[in-house]
Amino acid sequence: MTTHDLPISVEHVTRRFGETVALDDVSLAVRPGEMVGLLGPNGAGKTTLLSLVEGLRQPDAGTVRVFGSDPRTAAARVRLGSTPQETGLPPSLRVAEVVDFVGRHYPDPVPTADLLDTFGLTDLARRQTGGMSGGQKRRLAVALAVVGRPDLVVLDEPTTGLDVDARHVLWDALRSFHASGATVVVTSHYLEEIQALAERVVVVDHGHVLADAPLEEILGRVAMRRVTLELGAGHAARLAGLGGVVQHQVEPSGRHVLMTPDADLVVRSLVGAEIPFRDLEVRTATLEEAFLALTRKEAA
Amino acid sequence: MTTTLTRPVSTVAFPRLALVHYRYGFLETVRVPMAVLGTMLFPALALLFFVVPQRAVAGDPLAAAAATAQLAVFAVMSTSVFTYGIGVAEDRAQPFDPYLRTLPAGPWPRMVGRVLNGTTWSLLGLVPPILVAVLLTEASIPFDRFLLSVLLVMLAGIPFLLIGLTIGYLMSSKAATAVAQVVVFPLAFAGGLFLPPETFPGWLDTLSTFLPSRAARDLVVSAATGADLPATALPVLLGWTVAFALLTAYAYRRDEGRRFH
Repeated sequence: MTTHDLPISVEHVTRRFGETVALDDVSLAVRPGEMVGLLGPNGAGKTTLLSLVEGLRQPDAGTVRVFGSDPRTAAARVRLGSTPQETGLPPSLRVAEVVDFVGRHYPDPVPTADLLDTFGLTDLARRQTGGMSGGQKRRLAVALAVVGRPDLVVLDEPTTGLDVDARHVLWDALRSFHASGATVVVTSHYLEEIQALAERVVVVDHGHVLADAPLEEILGRVAMRRVTLELGAGHAARLAGLGGVVQHQVEPSGRHVLMTPDADLVVRSLVGAEIPFRDLEVRTATLEEAFLALTRKEAA
Repeated sequence: MTTTLTRPVSTVAFPRLALVHYRYGFLETVRVPMAVLGTMLFPALALLFFVVPQRAVAGDPLAAAAATAQLAVFAVMSTSVFTYGIGVAEDRAQPFDPYLRTLPAGPWPRMVGRVLNGTTWSLLGLVPPILVAVLLTEASIPFDRFLLSVLLVMLAGIPFLLIGLTIGYLMSSKAATAVAQVVVFPLAFAGGLFLPPETFPGWLDTLSTFLPSRAARDLVVSAATGADLPATALPVLLGWTVAFALLTAYAYRRDEGRRFH
């Protein structure tokens, strides 16, 4: 397959902002019809990567191609759909007007009425965007990404801050859009969102691709538990070697933190080894905590 | 491997895109009428309060025409500096602005739409003072002179358009609002748009000659009334136009470099 057929081809891309290296020699190819989730904590480099694909910024080194063309040329972006970052819509324009305005940039846009219907915005057609709720704005923003019938859609945190119902409406719309043959790339720092949308997951942190694998595999790697406990002096060294522990840290308060994919195993080992722990707590690790554990493990 | 989608890929023609940007830019402006209403009404009010009561001016066809021409220049100048200066600075602060850059259109349709929008408001801004002049003064000039004057007042507005763009691309929206005010009123006074330059002391008259507002005023008053056109007017206008065209280009590139490098 040549780069001409690839919706996204990123080769050895480095991008700095002053001293910060946002992307460090990143390569990524997205094939036609894929539904890819870019997963990583805030500041990982996801948004920078998308801004390169959208033609908003230039890489310092390496090449970015969208369907084989430089996305900084307008013609290359005719097959690309994206959403306004944040919920920044022109407040004085009406919903139908914004859809019409954006749609007119494409040769064969979805009729405004149809699009509003798909996204449940028909009743709001004449509302000025300044008078919409956050969730309604998000729906409109995602609708704008698909108004031009693009072959590739990139969405940056599409449902951040939405309630459960609104989130499901958007996910359904995106899944049916993907089912119609389009390639979809979604960034998120919510595992749940990636889980709902992606078939392939690319984990990014500190400007590096940490993992690039099918959803199931990634889920197994980031689904971690955080076990914390207090411990008498002299026993700390025994924790790191414990079965199932990926990472061992001591908090400033003196509590020991163990990251593990299998909390049951850790607790059984603790008891089995007769380690005198107190005040045990187990909870699901946040994605960020899981990432940190993964990153350190791989760096070690 | 999956077959590629081979839809013909063509972009929308430039004039159509420019018109789309013009149309929605105009709609956005018209939805917040306070932004333009004050600018539009000020010249007519100035005419009403300062010219109409003076019978020596208002009763004289040529003097009244000259006074109207001065305020018409002010109308175009203030509309240009305010709509471009504040408009561009505000748009740059909106997250919608970078989004528009991801659409399949270069920067030019937006720029052309913006200029068409500003031109429309400048033309609309000419209506109130002309109406006051026609209805409440003896101002009277032949129709061909009238058309020539309108054409020239719009052309003489170009350096102010560029001053507005420079402010808009260089500054934040707060700073742009303040600077636009600071630029417009002194330029108007010193350019003889409120009081005729004949009343100026010698030093101010000399200084005034080098201002774009004075040059624009001389050009339009000359077209409207047949008064002599000072030889300085066209070179001064041209000089400011070239200088601010360069500054606009610099400001635009600097902004691009910061936000879209």
